[in-house]
Amino acid sequence: MTPMNPTPLMEVRNLTKRFGGLVAVNDVSFAVQEGEILSVIGPNGAGKSTLFKLASSFLTPTSGRVFFRGEDVTSQSPHIAARKGIVRTFQETTIFRNMTALDNVVVAHHLRSRASLPGFFFGTKTAGEDEKRFRESASEILNYLGLGDVRDMIASTLPHGHLRALGIAIGMAADPKLLLLDEPFAGMNSEETTQAIRMVRGIRDRGVTIILVEHDMSAVMTISDRIVVLNFGKKIAEGTPAGIQNDELVIEAYLGREDENEEDVNEENVNEENGDEETQESNASSRKAGIENVP
Amino acid sequence: MTKVKTALGASLFLLVYLVLIPWLFREQPYRLGVLTTASVLSLISAGVWLMFYIGRINMGQGGFALVGGYSAAILVSKLGLSFWAALIGAGFITVVISVLVGLPLLRLKGVYFSMITLSLTETARLTAQSFPSLTNGTKGILNLPLPGALKIAGFTLIPDFASIDKHFAFYFLGAFLTILGFASLYRIVNSRLGWLFRSLQQNEDLASSFGVDVPRLRVIALAICAAFAGTGGAFFVTMQQSVYPATFTFQDSTYFLLYCFLGGLGSVWGAFVGAFVLFLSFEMLQGLNQFQPLIYSLIMIGMMLWLPNGLLSIKLPFSFNFFSKAGGPACKPEEEAGQP
Repeated sequence: MTPMNPTPLMEVRNLTKRFGGLVAVNDVSFAVQEGEILSVIGPNGAGKSTLFKLASSFLTPTSGRVFFRGEDVTSQSPHIAARKGIVRTFQETTIFRNMTALDNVVVAHHLRSRASLPGFFFGTKTAGEDEKRFRESASEILNYLGLGDVRDMIASTLPHGHLRALGIAIGMAADPKLLLLDEPFAGMNSEETTQAIRMVRGIRDRGVTIILVEHDMSAVMTISDRIVVLNFGKKIAEGTPAGIQNDELVIEAYLGREDENEEDVNEENVNEENGDEETQESNASSRKAGIENVP
Repeated sequence: MTKVKTALGASLFLLVYLVLIPWLFREQPYRLGVLTTASVLSLISAGVWLMFYIGRINMGQGGFALVGGYSAAILVSKLGLSFWAALIGAGFITVVISVLVGLPLLRLKGVYFSMITLSLTETARLTAQSFPSLTNGTKGILNLPLPGALKIAGFTLIPDFASIDKHFAFYFLGAFLTILGFASLYRIVNSRLGWLFRSLQQNEDLASSFGVDVPRLRVIALAICAAFAGTGGAFFVTMQQSVYPATFTFQDSTYFLLYCFLGGLGSVWGAFVGAFVLFLSFEMLQGLNQFQPLIYSLIMIGMMLWLPNGLLSIKLPFSFNFFSKAGGPACKPEEEAGQP
């Protein structure tokens, strides 16, 4: 484990979430330091998504606590979390489909608004200034994320990669301290992934700490400062990418034990890019490649 | 340019609504009364339209209108308040009740919210029947006085309705309330509030992810919706000079929905156009009255099939910017398989 600073930006302590008889997240603890990129990985059904929702206050834990800058933020409403600077993104389908890309990001500036609700209604000067500020800032964010050319297109007509970036742009508009990214690289080809990695790093360099949940192993290994690995709801490993690659438990979780039927193991975690390297490779070894062949 | 067009459209509309129509029907008090009713129905429907705008189907608007009507009647007949105080009081009481009811109910989404609001009208009707000491039970409250003069600091703003032609007086009062209501609605939709409401309609989770207080905004929308219903109900009851538990029934609640559908959910003026077109065409086809629910249902099905965005979505050969502008996206409330 890496040494901890006195107060991490976010700390998750003994988090457990039960859905009826199913324990989706079981006694998970970790901390993220300011300026870090922390990834949460694990086979399908490992509880990544649940953990993600717990950290962003979209779910209330059965037990355990979440601290943000030392303050207990467990079981608060999502919008309160956002106000404190904990902002999550969604997978690509979750955007305002009928609005233009620019409007999507303008609306998401809500938190930076100085005018009150009646102020909006009566069109006060503050409300007008807000509006102008939001448009400028939204354009800036869109340009930064490479969406400048499509800002006036209706979101539902945008291609895949742009939607992902738009989701992140919406998150950025809320002025986050901690941005939680939900599978930012899913379904991207290697070129798009490289671009997206640069984008996420750029966001971090602007002073935003990042937690991401991801399947794409090589992207995770490239981008992360630290990685938390979940399996069956439990944290089985935490450490640097290099450390994680050689962790017995992690390899076992992803590849299964030697004597296990290979078909039981999860297909999802195969890194698609490795497919064309050695197509004749067995499932298991290509998966191993997914973990180990890191650029 | 658009501003000029909007202003032109608005003045043309006001000219027809406030001058031409009263002048045409100056000697037909019954017709004028029908138009007044259409105005107030469109005002009440505007509330339903706003709920559509945040992605909720409100089937309880008749209940809120009934609350407004009874509040006004009780304030006037039992407490001896003037109509003007009662009108504001009725709106206020309806808003308070809507907030109390809305806090728990607005957690429900999609069809669950509709189902529970569907029962609200019945609840209001049964409540009116069950407290005869206050509401006179099934007999209703009869012989409500006409609105008296509205005086501020000794200066008569509005004369006593009994001393002037009451049909005209009611027409103009109804028109005033309706214009006020729709002007507010237009302002809401075209300000940042409209953006927030649209964001709720499209995805509540995404909205809360960037800090929108979703539960609060939903309650605000319902409160505005109820304010329209309460004020409209109070006005309607005063115009009828009586209120019964059946003044607004479940059927009325669904008609309010239908007016919105017919006019179109994509435009602020949808409820207005829908209410006028449908209500007036039925007044002209008096003989069909017994088939009204049947015909209304057929219209509703037809609208869903062939004109899901309402009459105002029809492209006219000339561009009438005033109507088509204030749109926003056609609002189809998200059919969420919704967990309550």
